[in-house]
Amino acid sequence: MSGALHAQISVYAAIATRSFRRYSTYTVATLAGIFTNSVFGIILSFAYLALWEQNPSAGGYEADQAVTFVWIGQALLMTIALWSGGATDDLAERIRNGDIAVDLYRPVSVLGWYLAADLGRGLYHFATRGVAPTIIGALLFGLVMPSPAGAVGFLVSVTLAVVVSFAVRFLFAASAFWLLDATGPRVLLSVLATFFSGLTLPLNLFPDGLRQVALALPFASYIQTPADIWLGRHTGLDMLAAIGLQVAWAVVLLGVCALVLRAATRKVVVQGG
Amino acid sequence: MAEVAHAVRSYWLIALLWIRAAMAYPLSFWTMTVGGVLITFLDFVAIWLMFSHIDSYGGFTLREIALLYGVTSIAFRVADMLVGSVEKIGQKVRTGELDAMMSKPVPVLVQLCADRFELRRLGQIAQAVAVFAWAAPTVEWTPQRLAVLVMALVSGVVIYFCVFVTFSTIQFWTLDASEFANAFTYGGNTIMQYPMTIFPREVVRSLTYLLPLTFVNWYPCLFLLGLHDPFGAPDWFRFASPLAALALVGVTTLVWRQGLRRYRSTGS
Repeated sequence: MSGALHAQISVYAAIATRSFRRYSTYTVATLAGIFTNSVFGIILSFAYLALWEQNPSAGGYEADQAVTFVWIGQALLMTIALWSGGATDDLAERIRNGDIAVDLYRPVSVLGWYLAADLGRGLYHFATRGVAPTIIGALLFGLVMPSPAGAVGFLVSVTLAVVVSFAVRFLFAASAFWLLDATGPRVLLSVLATFFSGLTLPLNLFPDGLRQVALALPFASYIQTPADIWLGRHTGLDMLAAIGLQVAWAVVLLGVCALVLRAATRKVVVQGG
Repeated sequence: MAEVAHAVRSYWLIALLWIRAAMAYPLSFWTMTVGGVLITFLDFVAIWLMFSHIDSYGGFTLREIALLYGVTSIAFRVADMLVGSVEKIGQKVRTGELDAMMSKPVPVLVQLCADRFELRRLGQIAQAVAVFAWAAPTVEWTPQRLAVLVMALVSGVVIYFCVFVTFSTIQFWTLDASEFANAFTYGGNTIMQYPMTIFPREVVRSLTYLLPLTFVNWYPCLFLLGLHDPFGAPDWFRFASPLAALALVGVTTLVWRQGLRRYRSTGS
């Protein structure tokens, strides 16, 4: 029994490792991406500084916290694949061209396979396009650093962010089983994720009503929750509650993914090549 | 002159082909158009939400910022629709498509720009026009101001056209670096959506003398609003957009020629 479990884990680890390596092939693309993230980080930092100069406690953040929020957003947007990309894009393409048939008869769960691949990708993007812009931001603007507990909580929260984002992207990509082409849903997902993750503006600056809704949505797990943990807005039990909400979304959404996958395999005729 | 006519005609023939291709999937076309409008509109919603916490931003009202936003976005989105595909140079080199393009009796730049022409970007242009229209009443319009606006929009399209081509040409040297250009194209449009007063003087100087994006909207809009440059730039800068555009066209021509000369096929 434990041997079987061990074998399972090593398969997923192998998938994640290959995925990590696949993305690490394109060094120049990564450097170009780090440059672009940093340029946007600089622009938004000045934009936020001007706002906080007028209103030094907007949304309950101090100016240096607001700037830190900008750089966390830039650091995480590739890690969580905010605008899609990653394993779920492969899934959508394989549904479109019919290769999904191969995935379905593998002796590994389809969901587990793609999740492992996406976690491998996420780790690569975190280590490169997450860490490098953050260093640049810290050098240029002097970012707020987390407490040791905050740092641990942040890493847990980011991992959950990738899982939640993966599950959401998986669902949108799986729409291709019925629509054949998932580009439309993918664009709509980008809109939702950009706005409700906190990337355009911290959710705490949203007007009453909209703010509460936004904070409860799974997209808040993407950037807002990890950032607030880093900034020390969630500590102690409050931090556990924030992470608990992410866990809840991850479990619910992965459950829905499994259901959708089962419905799809029963209903769908694979497109021939 | 005949060459230009030939280039324009070829461009439209290729573009029409892609428009027809896109229209074959009307549902995809419309969802992507609407999605595109929404995602660009979010930039403005963010600024609008900021104003629920402040009354003025960098010394400007929301409508005045909408004016800056509208002018840069119209210019940028038109340029993006017409030539945005040029950022795929690296991909075309890798797949050998560029070789095929070179064997056709149409200028390579025309083919690159018209390739995968996206009509759905009209939606984003419409969004920019809508924001501009909302901002327009803040200006006391005179014939001179209208003339400066038209001059700024035309020059703005040319300026962004040059930014797209120049920074995409870099891919002749580094194939995978397409995202590098985004910092200057999309990043350029983003930075110009804000009043320059929120940035340090060095940034504004660079955006005037190195990469003259301030001539797209900042200086012309100062004239539309009857203001002088807070950084003390000469007043005639407010009419100098065409000069900046012309200078950039010169630089872009040089860079493009250099890049094309440098091109070597992958041989695959």
